[in-house]
Amino acid sequence: MKATEKQSGFKKAAEEARHLKKKRWTAGQKKEAWWGLLFVSPFIIGFFGFMFLPMLFSFVGSFTNYNVTSRMDFIGLTNFRRMFTQDELFTTSLYNTAYYVAFNVPLTAIGSVFLAVLLNRKIRGIRIFRTIFYLPAILSGVAVYVLWMQLLSPSSGLINTILSWVGISGPSWLFDPQWTKPALILMRLWSVGGAMLLYLATLQNVPKQLYESAEVDGAGFTRQFFHITLPMITPIIFYDVVTSTIGAFQIFQEAYVMTEGGTGGPANSLLFYNLHMWNQAFVAYNMGYAMAMSMILFLIVLSLTFINLKLAPRWVHY
Amino acid sequence: MLGTSLKPMEEIVRFPPTIFPETIQWSNYIETVQAFPFFRYMRNTMLITVFVVAGNVLSNSFIAYGFAKISFPGKNILFALVLATMMVPGFVTMIPQYILFTQIGWVGTYLPLIVPSFFGSAFFIFLMRQFYMSISNELVEAAKIDGANHLYIWSRLMLPLTKPALITVGIMSFNGAWNDFLGPLLYITREERYTLQIGLQSFQSQSTTQWNYLMAGATLVMIPTVLLFFFAQKYFIDGMDLTGGTKG
Repeated sequence: MKATEKQSGFKKAAEEARHLKKKRWTAGQKKEAWWGLLFVSPFIIGFFGFMFLPMLFSFVGSFTNYNVTSRMDFIGLTNFRRMFTQDELFTTSLYNTAYYVAFNVPLTAIGSVFLAVLLNRKIRGIRIFRTIFYLPAILSGVAVYVLWMQLLSPSSGLINTILSWVGISGPSWLFDPQWTKPALILMRLWSVGGAMLLYLATLQNVPKQLYESAEVDGAGFTRQFFHITLPMITPIIFYDVVTSTIGAFQIFQEAYVMTEGGTGGPANSLLFYNLHMWNQAFVAYNMGYAMAMSMILFLIVLSLTFINLKLAPRWVHY
Repeated sequence: MLGTSLKPMEEIVRFPPTIFPETIQWSNYIETVQAFPFFRYMRNTMLITVFVVAGNVLSNSFIAYGFAKISFPGKNILFALVLATMMVPGFVTMIPQYILFTQIGWVGTYLPLIVPSFFGSAFFIFLMRQFYMSISNELVEAAKIDGANHLYIWSRLMLPLTKPALITVGIMSFNGAWNDFLGPLLYITREERYTLQIGLQSFQSQSTTQWNYLMAGATLVMIPTVLLFFFAQKYFIDGMDLTGGTKG
């Protein structure tokens, strides 16, 4: 009798303790959760206020003829139909942007990997070279475009002057519709330093033993590069390609400044997607149409990112 | 560029062009500063930049602390959402944001340029979170046992400890704000509120042939960024290293 009483007393105490512990634990957990929410709340508010709700508005707005002043009428798929069947400038801008992305993304990736491998050595003064190559990456904005407009000037620009020394008469770059986009792609290459630094940091994390054993096996520089270096940095190449594809689709400022306020340059050869969208939204005030364009842009970027993610397992080594 | 900014106009139009100026004309700088309200634009730009840097440093440090040091339900999903916002092109949200700021009467003021920086940005949150991860959790636990709450831990313990990362975020957002062209182009309507980037652009479209003045102006605009780069190189490189070391 006594024993069972004692036993049940124990049980009770244990249960009580467990209960107490559980209760205290949840209370602490709850408090902790509130703190967590408090700390991340600026992001949540910002996400809804500046991203999610605006995008929802854009989505709804893309089916309307909203133009700031008149009211918003629901016009169904008219905007999208107009985009693909009537608006020739839309097709031009899409082509220009695709052209730019197709050259800019791979060239930047190759250029920055090349530079990073080149500068990943232990030589005296290598830091100075790294600084020189990185500096242009942090310089951006109008000043840089002004500088490049001068460099690319057909008669007095530095680039054509240098070309003339080797007997090539350079193109008229920003004044020739054939050469405007290559000129811009060339200009963008000047900022490969940012990605270069990213690769450089990764290259320094590649285990030295890999190279040592490759050398023992008699593998030369090229074989080492293609069989060790490149596979080891594929995750960063992947990250770089995904982000620079998104970035390249956003090309706007360069074209806006270099074509005298967004006119699109000779024969609309620099009328990029975002420039066209900008002109529709803030010059012509066809907000509904521009919002429809922004939705298409979002779809394009989203599907390219998705394709990148799907293709990744084929070449990215984790 | 420096060369051209110091050349007299006659030398620029001469053919073949010279790479180094034959006659150095420092007065180009003085005339440029007088040709457009350079100092007013600089004051405007500095005002915006100070607020944007403060906003980015504070908000991202705050948000990242929540993600790194506090456990709460749904944290991982929310962090995935942070990363996903990096994939949304700015142009997709630009038009509705503009409509929003028009509706609340902020267009023409600096508020649309400043206020969003107080709500965090994905890349900086990521960067700061990585840095917090390198700080031991025991520190937070010990402080909690001593009765400190998270606000206290963040402001008194973490802010001093994460100084290098804060400086990196600060420098990057300084550069972003100083070089921002799109934001001011969209939201600033009155000429006396122009920033340097907009000022330079309108100066450029007004005087396409005055290369020497234009180059002098461009040089002046770039000086702060270049100076900052040379003084704080380490932090630029650390910022990249952080992403490089952890993403790989």
